[in-house]
Amino acid sequence: MKWVVSGLRTGIKTTAYPSGAENAPGVTPGLPLGAALGERAAALAERCPTHALANAEGRISVDYRRCVHCYRCARGTPQPLGWKLGFEWAGARATGNAFGAPFSRSIHIVVVDAGDCGACLNEVRQLNNPYYNMHRLGFFITPTPRHADVLLVVGPVTDHLRKALRKVYDAMPTPKRVVAVGACALSGGVFAESFVGGKGVAKLLPVDVEVPGNPPPPIAILHGLLVAVGRAAPAALVSSGS
Amino acid sequence: MDCATLKDLIEASWPGRARCRFDPAARTNEVTCERAVLADVCSRLFHEWDYAFAGLVVEEGERQWELRYVFYGERDAGWVHVLVAAPLADSVFPSIAVEARVFAADWHEREAEDLFGVHFAGHPRLGDFVLHDDAWQEGVEPMRRGFDPVAALRDRRPAADWRPRRVVQEAGAFILPIGPKFSGVTESVLFELETVGEDVIRSWTRLFYKWRAVEKLAEGKSAEDALVLAERFAATTAFAHGLAFCQAVEAIGGATVPPRARALRVFLAELERLRQHAGAIQEICESTALVVANSQAGLLEEDLLRVSCELTGHRYLFGLLALGGLTIDLPTEACRKALRKAQDVVARLDALERRLKVSSSFLDRIEEVGVIFPRTARAYSLVGPVARASSLARDLRREQPYLGYESFEFEVPTEEEGDGYARLRVLFAEARQSLRIMDQAAGVLREGAVQAPVALAAGAALGWVEAPRGATFHWVRLDGSGRVARYRAVTPSFTNWHSFHLGAEKFAFQDFPIILSTFDLSAAENDR
Repeated sequence: MKWVVSGLRTGIKTTAYPSGAENAPGVTPGLPLGAALGERAAALAERCPTHALANAEGRISVDYRRCVHCYRCARGTPQPLGWKLGFEWAGARATGNAFGAPFSRSIHIVVVDAGDCGACLNEVRQLNNPYYNMHRLGFFITPTPRHADVLLVVGPVTDHLRKALRKVYDAMPTPKRVVAVGACALSGGVFAESFVGGKGVAKLLPVDVEVPGNPPPPIAILHGLLVAVGRAAPAALVSSGS
Repeated sequence: MDCATLKDLIEASWPGRARCRFDPAARTNEVTCERAVLADVCSRLFHEWDYAFAGLVVEEGERQWELRYVFYGERDAGWVHVLVAAPLADSVFPSIAVEARVFAADWHEREAEDLFGVHFAGHPRLGDFVLHDDAWQEGVEPMRRGFDPVAALRDRRPAADWRPRRVVQEAGAFILPIGPKFSGVTESVLFELETVGEDVIRSWTRLFYKWRAVEKLAEGKSAEDALVLAERFAATTAFAHGLAFCQAVEAIGGATVPPRARALRVFLAELERLRQHAGAIQEICESTALVVANSQAGLLEEDLLRVSCELTGHRYLFGLLALGGLTIDLPTEACRKALRKAQDVVARLDALERRLKVSSSFLDRIEEVGVIFPRTARAYSLVGPVARASSLARDLRREQPYLGYESFEFEVPTEEEGDGYARLRVLFAEARQSLRIMDQAAGVLREGAVQAPVALAAGAALGWVEAPRGATFHWVRLDGSGRVARYRAVTPSFTNWHSFHLGAEKFAFQDFPIILSTFDLSAAENDR
């Protein structure tokens, strides 16, 4: 009984997103913005440890699939990149694995850790806390691939996990979609240049939705899931700075 | 034991066979000994003089193997590094796990055997550890100098399918495999539970599915780039690992971190501990299916992630640490605001603890399960809340202070039962102590620089931090151009996972997820 009372006393904490806005401080770490920097662009691009920054004639573009939030383009440099705080970051890839209308309201998700550092996985866990409460949107985590519609993968896909990931995917019924979450799952992140690290999920499976971030905050993952079922518009994964 | 008197004791005990060099500033005794007396030296250190085993660092020199066994003691006992060398062609060493009964060294020796091809005579369980037998053939030694860290190994001839080893031979016994993908949102590890029905008779964890070879990838990188890796291999405790790496490099370069940066580092390290403990508490509530408590603990963890992000820009404190300090200054007023929010979270955490303490259905599931006895904690040199719940009052912040922790007032909470409930109580009590330290750290913030220059020179040093899950030890060697020549991170999950099977055995299946959650283990931290 005391749990019921204390639960009621807590009140409603759930975000208004996606029907309303979410502006609470600390919900998202944001991402850098591309910019025209002229002569300084080359030096800034050099600072990026994962080659997320590309310099084309003084114009810096940011590939969000590679950004690992090291802040080297924003701190300790004479001309830092601008920063945007949103969270609707997920991009879509054309794979031909679209869901039909029956899939828009009840989606079961199987989560595979393919070598994640713990952050992306922890952010996925937060989706079940009352702030995000993914159930209200018809998203449910399932332990078994047999019941799953969506495969959510975090981590760069390490050598030792390739087989397990493949088995999970193969065990899922069709139609099915793959959502890759986090810089490591998209590009290998800081583990890309490695004999075991893996360069992301797309090397192994057809990825439908890409959620950038290191880690993407829970609300960005929520956007990715909405994109996967056609209930939100995808975003661009490269900020060109124009 | 007093570290200043150890030198005489050692040189008298093994005349001519063990030399000792004492560095009073680092309170470290470096003992160089022959292979023949290695086990004896380690045995005396561990069993008689009460040193704990921190870790084994293997280094491949130009001509010889250099093995460094790191021990640490209570405050006055300081550090002991036992060094033993052998020509590259002659790579058989005594197993101190077997010969000296330093069980804590068991997994270190297995890892060294797998990655370097160094052999430990008499060790009963070498093979299939870091390198899985069904993925790599024998003879692949990825940490050796000549091994290419980037290109995929062309010649892959793995053994036939790997099968778990059955030990329990009772009629009707079977292995229940769990993983590497199991349950809802969990890290990839494989548990094999051997049983004849209800109770787990033997449990075995197969780890390193997530092995990203972080220590290999760091080699050849600049210290600054290696820090990016150190911060990102186990991100739920990113700040602690990044800090241990920075402290090692700063020790090599002789840098003095400015006072403001030191106080801010303490503040952030304790904020991370508080957040990680709230997360661990949430997982315990979740494992016992106590829905309201799970939701409320989840709110607290998310609140602290938001506090972290609002203060620093990142929910997991990425990108803040720099060699010699911090990349940015955090305004004092913003720290005070974060402190006030943390105070509110801890008040709610206390209320949650009060309710849990009188919830009999919860207590029934968590009390007297997953018991780790004090003698086990000692034998395995366990660290962190797991050790402290088994009455081992070790905490590097107090025993071997860094960042000026000796000037802060705090307690090291301990419990005696060593069960799941004791571990939960330690988490709650430590969260309160972290808040207490944050309060003091915010009070000593003086204006000033937050980064000092670090002269990167050739050399090696140990950095250590009491991470949220327990002691972590990072050994860093830089070459003449300031690049990383060797990086070795001993993590609390690696240390504590070694003993996990003892907690899981003899209990019923339904207790398993609860026991697992009370150990607060991270596969990312273990696997590296």
